[in-house]
Amino acid sequence: MLHTGKRSFLFQLYAPDCRLEYPVMKEDSVPQDNAGTYEGHKRLLYAVDKNGNYDGVQSSGWEVEEYATLTAVDEYNRLTREAFDKATAGISSPLEYHMYAHRMDLALLSQVSGLFQWRIKRHFKPAIFKKLNNKLLTRYSEAMRMNAGDLQKLPDHPAIQFK
Amino acid sequence: MNYRHQQAAHCESGTASSLLSHHGLAISEPMAFGLSAALSFAYIPFIKLSGLPLIAYRMPPRSVFKGLQKRIGIKMHYETFRNADKGMDALDRALGEGKVVGLQTSVYWLPYFPDAMRFHFNAHNLIVYGKEGNDYLISDPVVEITTRCDAESLQKARFAKGALAPKGLMYFPSHIPTDINYADAGHKALLSNYRIMNGAPLPMIGLRGIRHMGKKIQTLVKNGASEQQTKLYLTHIVRMQEEIGTGGAGFRFIYASFLQELSKILQAEQLAEASLQMTEAGDEWRYFAMLATKMSKNRKTLDTGLLNQKLNECADKEQIAWQTIHRYALRK
Repeated sequence: MLHTGKRSFLFQLYAPDCRLEYPVMKEDSVPQDNAGTYEGHKRLLYAVDKNGNYDGVQSSGWEVEEYATLTAVDEYNRLTREAFDKATAGISSPLEYHMYAHRMDLALLSQVSGLFQWRIKRHFKPAIFKKLNNKLLTRYSEAMRMNAGDLQKLPDHPAIQFK
Repeated sequence: MNYRHQQAAHCESGTASSLLSHHGLAISEPMAFGLSAALSFAYIPFIKLSGLPLIAYRMPPRSVFKGLQKRIGIKMHYETFRNADKGMDALDRALGEGKVVGLQTSVYWLPYFPDAMRFHFNAHNLIVYGKEGNDYLISDPVVEITTRCDAESLQKARFAKGALAPKGLMYFPSHIPTDINYADAGHKALLSNYRIMNGAPLPMIGLRGIRHMGKKIQTLVKNGASEQQTKLYLTHIVRMQEEIGTGGAGFRFIYASFLQELSKILQAEQLAEASLQMTEAGDEWRYFAMLATKMSKNRKTLDTGLLNQKLNECADKEQIAWQTIHRYALRK
């Protein structure tokens, strides 16, 4: 019979990385790291109590998971900021900025709007985007649920989320 | 309205547990997850999420309800809509009749979600149990308490487009059996899940898929991925494994909890043993997540060989659990 939570002496000896901080899902070792990404919420995890019985336990977050979430958010923030700078410099159209600000990428915007990726890429050119007809603008504004007027311009500052 | 909110780890099994319990068939979240044989592993390189492969620790969306219909004989009524206004009217009508309904939504448009968790994922399940003015009363299984959502946002969330588009999907049980034959349903679910994990014809699915991912990490770095790319890739795996909705270790702890519950009902010592073995596998997954994060953070030098080895250990430990489950299921 295996016993969760107990690691043999040999195991600890030969796996030096595992010493002390090996994450074992016991009720009292469920991480409570107050992750900022949870915004004060708590999530349910499953863990065993001291009698070995499973139950749902609330957790305020795990550092490891928080870092993973923040990395993904940061990547979108970076792309948003870059697209904002490019649009301000006139290299790219506001469309590219709004796409990243809505946490989308080319593949996703193509799926949601039903337009080919090469067409969207073409619309990233400011001169072409400016001349876009209303029908296409509506498709983009519906995809990102914003009004067509806002879609055609940039905000004062890039929308950087969760910093 | 005597609806009782219950927090769960995962949205679909949580919705199933709450909806069925509300309609008089008490079933826990792990039991709903386990009986639908929803545990899995899949590494799918040709479906990309922000340029990264789809990594799933469970069966595709809607399979919990599908599995439950098959194994415990509930019947669900599903409705999708082409027209968003009609979809909202139908929801109002169902609520007017006193129904408690499940909805498929996009996470991105739900205002009560923490900002950092709002990504374009279209297969989030939640329960609506009433309406007050312009606000819908929401019981989202992954949130601690009941919340509200204004009609505009809910409409956006229900009719989001793209992969797995919900098309306003609304559902409620139309037939609920009086009890569950645990011996029969459990036996079938265990065998079916064993086959998913051990018998898939593709190397990207099941236990082989876990080992496959280990190899992929190695080739990625060998082929000269930049530090940033490697970091995004590794944290992507961790997110799929741990971020909201898996109950820890990519559903392995939920499944272990299911095995334990079933072992108590059927008085099956072997399933209790399998539960412990699955917990060991889950602990290994958590350790892998920690290691991968440390390497992404540069707190530890990147060692893809070690990550590969860890993933193989995860697969090895799960294999032990699956063998115990298989022995038990065949004994019948």
